[in-house]
This record gives sequence, structure tokens and C-alpha cells, in this order.
Amino acid sequence: MTVQSFERSAPLRSWLLAEAPESGFQAWSQSFYLAWLRLAGNPLAVLGVIVLLAVGLVALMAPWIATHSPFEQVLAERLQRPSAAHWLGTDELGRDVFSRIVYGARTTLYIVGLVAVIVGPIGLCIGATAGYLGGWVEALLMRITDIFLSFPSLILALAFVSALGPSLDNAIIAIALSSWPGIARLARAETLTIRSSDYVDAVRVMGASTPRIIFKHVMPMCLPSVVVRVTLSMASVALTAAGLGFLGLGAQPPTPEWGAMLSTARQYLLEHWYLAAMPGLAILTVSLAFNLFGDGLRDMLNPRS
Amino acid sequence: MTPNSPILTVEDLRVGFPTPRGTVEAVRGISFAIGRNKVGIVGESGSGKSMTGRAILKLLPGGATSAVKSMKLGDTDLAELSENEMLGIRGKRISMILQDPKYSLNPVMRVGHQIAEAFRVHHRASKAEAEERALEMLAAVRIREPRRVFSLYPHEVSGGMGQRIMIAMMLIPEPELIIADEPTSALDVTVRLQVLAILDDLVSTRGIGLMFISHDLNLVSSFCDEVLIMYAGRIVERCPAAELHQAKHPYTRGLLASLPRLEDGHKRLRVLERDPSWRDEPIPAEA
Amino acid sequence: MSSLTDLAPPRPVRSRRPRWVLPALRGSFSIALTLLGLLALTFFIGRVLPFDPIAAVVGEKADASVYETVRAKLGLDQPLYVQFGLFLRDMLSGNFGRAIFTGNAVADDLRHVIPATVELATVAIIIGCGFGIPLGVAAAVYRGRPIDHAVRLLSLVGHSVPIFWLGLMGLIIFYAWLGWVGGSGRVDIFYLDAVPRRTGMLLVDSLLAGDWDVFVSAFRHIILPALLLGYSSMAYISRMTRSFMLDQLGQEYVTTARVKGLSRRRVVWGHAFRNVLVQLATIVAISYGGLLEGAVLTETVFAWPGFGQYLTTALMIGDMNAVLACTLIVGLVFICLNLITDLLYRFLDPRTR
Repeated sequence: MTVQSFERSAPLRSWLLAEAPESGFQAWSQSFYLAWLRLAGNPLAVLGVIVLLAVGLVALMAPWIATHSPFEQVLAERLQRPSAAHWLGTDELGRDVFSRIVYGARTTLYIVGLVAVIVGPIGLCIGATAGYLGGWVEALLMRITDIFLSFPSLILALAFVSALGPSLDNAIIAIALSSWPGIARLARAETLTIRSSDYVDAVRVMGASTPRIIFKHVMPMCLPSVVVRVTLSMASVALTAAGLGFLGLGAQPPTPEWGAMLSTARQYLLEHWYLAAMPGLAILTVSLAFNLFGDGLRDMLNPRS
Repeated sequence: MTPNSPILTVEDLRVGFPTPRGTVEAVRGISFAIGRNKVGIVGESGSGKSMTGRAILKLLPGGATSAVKSMKLGDTDLAELSENEMLGIRGKRISMILQDPKYSLNPVMRVGHQIAEAFRVHHRASKAEAEERALEMLAAVRIREPRRVFSLYPHEVSGGMGQRIMIAMMLIPEPELIIADEPTSALDVTVRLQVLAILDDLVSTRGIGLMFISHDLNLVSSFCDEVLIMYAGRIVERCPAAELHQAKHPYTRGLLASLPRLEDGHKRLRVLERDPSWRDEPIPAEA
Repeated sequence: MSSLTDLAPPRPVRSRRPRWVLPALRGSFSIALTLLGLLALTFFIGRVLPFDPIAAVVGEKADASVYETVRAKLGLDQPLYVQFGLFLRDMLSGNFGRAIFTGNAVADDLRHVIPATVELATVAIIIGCGFGIPLGVAAAVYRGRPIDHAVRLLSLVGHSVPIFWLGLMGLIIFYAWLGWVGGSGRVDIFYLDAVPRRTGMLLVDSLLAGDWDVFVSAFRHIILPALLLGYSSMAYISRMTRSFMLDQLGQEYVTTARVKGLSRRRVVWGHAFRNVLVQLATIVAISYGGLLEGAVLTETVFAWPGFGQYLTTALMIGDMNAVLACTLIVGLVFICLNLITDLLYRFLDPRTR
């Protein structure tokens, strides 16, 4: 940075760090800046963000990054070790492993993204509504979530996929169905602490309708925890998706999916162990990145001294 | 040690905290001495009074740094002791009474055992002996039915009783100095005087020095022998409690003036007006 | 003068009924309700599925009369609620029907597979606690130092690693390359029925029978999957232990303990840790339940004939008898775990008494 730009940014920095903010906007910007500092000061979280962006980029640019088509079978070249032609070798049908892993990123991110988009809003709505309305609505909804939560999420997803039939979209539905109760419970717990606050009472006295209270006042307060939880659960969604793929219940062949690749690699484990190593590392990387980012988000949004 | 020599002398104590905005100095070079008397340290929140107490015992919260020219307990310079050596000081020679017994007592341990533990740390004694001593201490702090109270858990006792248990726990190893950090601030007003009376009694009969930290100027001036007023990390006034109304520093005079009195004819309460010069200007009557 | 403020208010005289009776009754009712809901859900989903259980028995090409006979035999011609009632009656008498893919009574199958998984899970949880708790405490006490970072990283990786992949890598490295552990299955093949079956858990049975060779073989086979599962539960346990300990170490009573001159070890273990025990018990119970999930995948990788594999196969084939029975078991396990932690909470925390 040149001396001039540093001097130019100094007044901004002192505005952001001033002890007594003079406007709502300044106070809001200050808390945002401090939260940003916390995130930036957490190298692991930054690493998580970078990795996630990298994976996203890879998935997006897959056709340009992959060296071969992930579907092209060249049976004469099956089960080859890593080489210059095939960077990670070939699988049992002669397909290039590297390209399949690159395209597999698309599958995984597709699943994770869709599940997050479904589960987040639905869980938040249901949980906040249940928590705010109380009474039999809350009891009923919480009983339902209890039933769902009494199963480990993988088994639940397994059950749903078995019932619906193995396919990529059914896997997404199944995982979403097994993940929403956790978010709903969290939203309800947060709502319980908020619903007796004075400002909620004030808005109610002013005549706000119940849906308005829930949507405009209660849900935004639940948002930080829910966002953190959804981010963290994306890590386990990636693992569950891979697990379903491993059991043959996720994306069906020939779609490249990391869990399914591990399943077929299992048969050739002794001679061609590298077939199993790479897809697993890919799953690990994505899951780890989500966990790191989620942890960093949590520290950023709920700082503890 | 002769009866009149000071038990604790502190010279130029400084305590600092790291913050995103730079190091904040909570205590900025204070010096004082405590003998076999009761010295009160009065200040508002943020004046650094609690940090002073913790710094003496080297129990500052993580991240805080302290520096001092010398901190002598009798002939031992506390500043030079290692953490291991401090274990022999804490409890045995200096104790500290904390503010709120709701939080300062271990919730899953019976109160009697907590007191007995304080004894066994510094004296070789069997479990039974330590229990006997604990029961004696419970009686000394005027708790009726010591045997019944011994087996209670902290959530089963009232505030006043909890604080008396704390006093018993801190006095049982027979220290030379006690630091009382706002010992009555969490108690009902009616209970305060009782607890103070017990503390006073025990401290005088055993010849223990007392450092009484509080924000309550009235309380300190009636209870202690000497008063030190802290403001923004420095001691701005020191005088015997009896001569407090002759205080010279404008901060002290402001505090005294803002205390509401029944006999006063004023229609409005006087509000203390802060002068920024009090922070850094040299203190007029500095010893 | 001090009498009024001395004592806590006296307790009102209660009836003779002990204090835990009402909560226990309420709890049991709640459990029964949840279980019923669980079973009803599974039952009706099963009947609604596009999957045809009769075809699974008679095959695709059976003719109409055989189909109808089997249908009547399986009770599938009755209205749904009658079927549910019959099902409940059977379940309460321990008759879970016959599994399609093994041909055995489901109850018999369960008797074989459940101990296998229990054995694996128990060894795993011992490993998880044995490493997780001390590491979590160390991470909290030495917060910010290298060991804290190391433990957190280890825990993080444990949360993020796909356990079936780790199993595969483990098999390659420790079985194929180093030969330190046994391969798939619970024990070497020639030891398969070598010791009489008492508990169904090979480690225990072989010790009871005094057969050292079988014990060693069983141990060599269980150690790798147990370490894997143990690692994943260790990840959770160490992270929660650290979090709880950090909470406690910031409390005032810890300062009191330090003021008394107690050594650091005494403060951490004798005071802070004692306050963490209650929450830790809950965590361990949750972790034990979570092992079931890990067991499903681990048992597949290691060909471990346990409950996880049984459930997975039943689900994939659509064997409703087996699925329903397994659902009941899973539900029961989790509910029991909840109950145990609740009881432990009341027992260990004097504030709740």
C-alpha cells in the first residue's frame, strides 16, 4: 500500500473504531467491521472460505479443468496407475479418475447447496412458528421433530431413499427430510428466549399481527444461529451424501459421485489403493472446509472473550 | 514482625489489558501499605480497584499483564515468586473474599468440605481433624447448627450465610492479610452490617490486615481505618477514615458532596462533574 | 437476630410418595407415546410404499391364487388399522415375524446382530472417552497453546472425515501392508463357532471360555473398526469437554479455589471437572447413540455382522418385518439413552434434587 492510500484509509479506520458511535449506521458498521476482524483473524476459518471458493470454482469450471470426459470408457486402459496421461489413473471402466473427481465436485455441491436452501428456511419457519405460538402447535411440531431426531440422520436418510428409490434427487429429498428437525429445534430454542423480550411485547402492543411479528422480529433474531448451524450441517450433509453414494443409494452411475467411486474402488482395494484414496480426500476436504468456515462464522457472530 | 510494621507494601503497581484498540492500563502506578489495620480502597467501576487485589495474588485474568517495582509481604517480594511459590502464599498468607457466594462457592461440593479443603491444603491434617476445624470456624462466624450447615450445598444457604462461609473458608488457614473484594455488595442491606461485624471481629482479634475494596464510600469510611480513593487507575486521595470530610482532591470532594443526606436542604441531588485533568495531572498530595 | 436470615426456608411436609415417582410416570408415558408415534409412522409409510412385500416372497411370476394365499397369510387383506393392531399385538409378545432375506425369525436374527454391534460400540466409546475427555480438558486448560490447536484440529478432522473411507485406508495400511490387525469379520474363519455363545460378544465369551487364541483373534479384528468409531466419538467428546471446561474455568468458584492455594491439577480436576461430569454424561450417552450411525457404514466396510448392516440390508430390500423391528430397537435405544441421561442428571447434580 502506498503512503497516500494508507493515509486515506486512516480516517475510515478511526471512524470504525471510534468509542462512541454517533448514528445507527455507524454502530451497525462498527459491529460488522469488528466481526469481520474476528473472522479475518481466524486463519483456519479463512482457509475454509478459500477452500470452499476453490471447490466452487472447480465445480463451475469443470469442463475446462478436467482433462477427459468423466463418462468416456476406454476398457483397454482400465485400472492404470497415475501417469502423465491420466493424472490420477483410471478406474475399472477405463474412465479418467481425475476428471471424475472434478465433475464429482458438481454433484456434491449440488446436493449440499440444494439441501441447505431447502432445510434452512423451512426449519427456521417451523421452529420459529412453533416457538412463538406455543400451545398444541408447538407440542405437535416438537413431537414430530422428536420422532425424526430419535434416529441418526444417516439411517433416516437411508430409510427415505430406500422408500423413494435410489436417485440423486431422492437422495437430496431424503437428506433434507432428515436434516430439517435439527434446524427447527434450534430455531424454536432461540425463539423461546426471544418471545418474552420486551421489544416483542412492545410490537405486539402496537398492534402487529402474529405473522408479522414472527417474520419481521422473531426470525431475524434467530438468523445468526441458524446460519451457523446450517453451514456446519452442510459438512455432515456432504458426508451423508457420500455415505449414501457408498451404499449405492445416491447418484446413480454413470454420474460421477465421490461416495459411489469409493464403493467401486473397494473391490480393487488391494492392488489399486489409489482409486480409494482420492475420492475420500475430496470428501474430507469439502467437509473440513465447511466445518472450518462454520466454526469461524460462529466465532464471528457470537464472540466469546 | 513488630506490631506496627506493614504487612504488605506495594510500590508502583501497573496492570494492563490488550484490546483491539491497543493496551488499556487499568492500574497506572499505585503505591500503598497495609498494616494490622483495615484499609479501604474506594473507586467506581473501571477505577482499577479489583484488579489491584487480583494483581497482588497474581490471579489476573488471562491476557492481562502486570508490572511492579516491589510487592513485599513481610520480607518476601511477591513479584519475584514463581507460580509454584505463589501456591504457598495464596490462602496461607494472603486470602481473598469474593463478592457473590452464589457464584464463588463450588456448587457441587458441600460447603463444609470446601472449608476443610482450605485447611488441608496448607496444614498436614487428617480428614476428621480438618472437619473439626471447619466446624470451629463455622461457629466462629456465628453460624448456628454448624454440623447441619456443614453438609449443605451452596444453593441451599442464604446470601448472608454463604458469605460467612466464605469468610470461614478464607480465615481457616490463618493468613496475615485478607483482601475483601466487594464482600457485601451482593448482600441485602440488612445483612451487610452483620457480616461486616463478624469480619471486623475476626480480623481484629487475630491481628490480620484487611484490604477492603468497595464502591461504597459511606460503608468504607465507617468500617475502615484508612481510605484510599482510586480514579482511572491511580490513587488520588489517601487519608484516615475519620478525616475523610477534610479530603482535598476534587474527585473525593465531588463524591462526598453527591452522597444524599437526610439533613440536606438541597432540592436537587448534586451530580459529580468529571474534570479530564484528574486522569493524568500529577496528584497534589502524593506520598 | 440472625435466626431469620440464617436458615434457608424450611421444606413443606410432603406425602410419603418418593419424589421420583411422578416424573418417572410422566416420563414413561411420554416414551410410550413417542414410541407409538414412531411405530405408526414407520408402519403406515411401509404400507403406503410402492414396494410390494408379497412379490418379494412369491416372486414376480407367481399366479393369482398363490399371490392371494400369501396375501391372506401375511394379513395384508385386512384394513390398515386392523393390520396395525395385529402388528402391535405381535410386537408386544416378541414376535417380529420372519425376515425375508435371511429366512429366520427376526427375533433370532436380532439376537445375533445386536450383541455384535454393542460390543463394537462399547469398545469404541471406551476409546472415545479415554482419549476424548483428557484431551478436551487439556485443550481447555492450555487454551490458545499448541495442544489446544492440536486437539481442535484432531477433533475437526474427526468430524469431517468420511468414516468408511478411513476404514478402507485403515484396512490397506494396517491389514494389507503391515499385517498388524485382522481383516474383515469379527474373527478368523476357523474360530467362527469355537467358543460357546453366552453373551454374543466374542471378547467376553472367549474370556469366559478361557480360550486365549480366540480372544486374540477377536481383538485383532475389533480393534481397527473400534478405533475408527472411537475416533469419531472422540472428536465430539473432546470438543464438548473443552467447551464445558472453558465455561467452568471462567467461573468465580475456580478463582476461589485458586485463592485457597490449590494446585492447578486440583483446581481443574477436583473442582472444574466435577461440575462438568453431569453434562459430560449426557454427551457420552448421545455419542453412544451416534455410534449407531457410524456403525452402519463401518460394518459395511469391515463386513461386521452387526445391527447396522442388518438394518441397511433390510431397508434396501424393503423387508418390512425386519425394518419395523429394527425401528423399534433404534427408537428404544435412543429413548432409553435419553432416560438414562435424565436420571444421571438428577442423580449427579445436587441442584436438581
